[in-house]
Amino acid sequence: MGLIAERIIFAPSSHSALCSMFAGIVQIFTDFGRWILLMRQAFQRPEKWSMYWKETVRQMYDIGIGSLIIVALISIFMGAVAAIQFAYQLSGQLIPIWYIGYIVRDLAILESAPTITCLVLAGKVGSNMAAELGGMRQKEHIDAMEIMGVNTASYLIMPKLVAAVVVIPLLVYVSAFVAMIGGFLASVPTGVMTASEYTRGLLAFYEPYNVFIMSVKSVVFAFILTAVSTYQGYFVKIGSIELGKASTQAVVVSNILILLADYIIALVMTG
Amino acid sequence: MAFGQTEVLKGISARFERGKTNLIIGQSGAGKTVFLKVLVGLLQPIEGQVLYDGKDVTHLTHKELRTVRMAVGMLFQGSALFDFMTVEENIRFPLDMFTNWTRKEKLDRVNYCLERVNLENVNDKFPSEVSGGMQKRVGIARAIVLKPKFLFCDEPNSGLDPKTSMLIDDLILSITRENDITTVINTHDMNSVMEIGENIILLHNGEIAWQGSAHEVLGSKNDYLQEFIFASPFLQRLRKAALDQGLSDQI
Repeated sequence: MGLIAERIIFAPSSHSALCSMFAGIVQIFTDFGRWILLMRQAFQRPEKWSMYWKETVRQMYDIGIGSLIIVALISIFMGAVAAIQFAYQLSGQLIPIWYIGYIVRDLAILESAPTITCLVLAGKVGSNMAAELGGMRQKEHIDAMEIMGVNTASYLIMPKLVAAVVVIPLLVYVSAFVAMIGGFLASVPTGVMTASEYTRGLLAFYEPYNVFIMSVKSVVFAFILTAVSTYQGYFVKIGSIELGKASTQAVVVSNILILLADYIIALVMTG
Repeated sequence: MAFGQTEVLKGISARFERGKTNLIIGQSGAGKTVFLKVLVGLLQPIEGQVLYDGKDVTHLTHKELRTVRMAVGMLFQGSALFDFMTVEENIRFPLDMFTNWTRKEKLDRVNYCLERVNLENVNDKFPSEVSGGMQKRVGIARAIVLKPKFLFCDEPNSGLDPKTSMLIDDLILSITRENDITTVINTHDMNSVMEIGENIILLHNGEIAWQGSAHEVLGSKNDYLQEFIFASPFLQRLRKAALDQGLSDQI
């Protein structure tokens, strides 16, 4: 009987599906509106520049040094796998083997370094930001700062945004460089090609504009992952489940928006 | 003040006097914390005014509200000390943010506030390394570091043993009198009510059920007040014995 009753209660009708879809759309617009207001508040004149600078440096250290090893590790494997797989795909073809260096380089610069790195950072840095701010909200740290007269949106969010927009592009450059080294390590010592062939590929058809695209992507993605994560953390509700939810939401929403932005940037800058 | 359809505070009008300890008491869910949050501007009332020295703060912009808050200190229920900062950094934070004092001036003020709350040699400790009672005292030190005109305390005795509770009460009372500040304490600790309650407001279902001083509690005929203050059978017997023997004044 219990099961039947549950089925009756929870069976989705077309009406309730429409209602929940409508509620979902309303929620998206509500979140967007609150996010705009939060960002407006976050970009107000600081109470004291030196305090904000100190916090920005702390965030730069946390984001930059704290993520360097994971970024390097991922990038070296990205480059290595790209080199090995393209070598497999190009074997027996008329395309010269040194093209692998060229493919690894452009793949790293145009896609894997900015996008994959930022997707990984959304998981590492973004969830950390959401959890940190959410914890501060739940432990009344944010209220305590508000009572002191601190513009909490500005003090807690602006340094993170500035730090991310400065440091994440640097991590992306490192990622691209390490990916190329990864490609070298996977193809030269294993005898897939010689060092001079790989280097010839790396130097062939070089287009500085691609590095510009990578820079734009990394700045945009850094802003997205920080702005989304801080928003999720800042407005967290009471309870450990809510904190977990905010952290997960931060990663999921950041990833979706990064991929969407990736498509738009590719369309606009290379289309 | 309402959350959705639920009205939390209804038609409350109260005046908190300078140099006195003003207590807001009531059962859990009576609306004490909401009332306190409305007073400090963390929540906006649907209607009505909150006046600080005659100035309404309910419709101020963020910037204007921040100016008012410079004169406000608050002790939170869980102390709300920043756990990534040491005790000294916690107390110094408002000074770092809002003053241009030298490092020595700040340190002197921090040490004075720590001495004032009877704490020594804890400057370099993190909040997690000191006891709950010490955290409350650090919270008080941080709340008074900018010499506020208004001090708000949310459940200052929650989670503390009776002896430490009395210590915190004494501290709040003496700081209030010394600095002639307006102190508002949100509590359901009956020791605090009877020891430091100079102006008590009893909330029930979001409304003021009784208002008076600790001296007036015993003699009051308000049923809800008596039911609330003397909730335990032991205290009921004690009150009855005191009234029967005419000892209410001494108590």
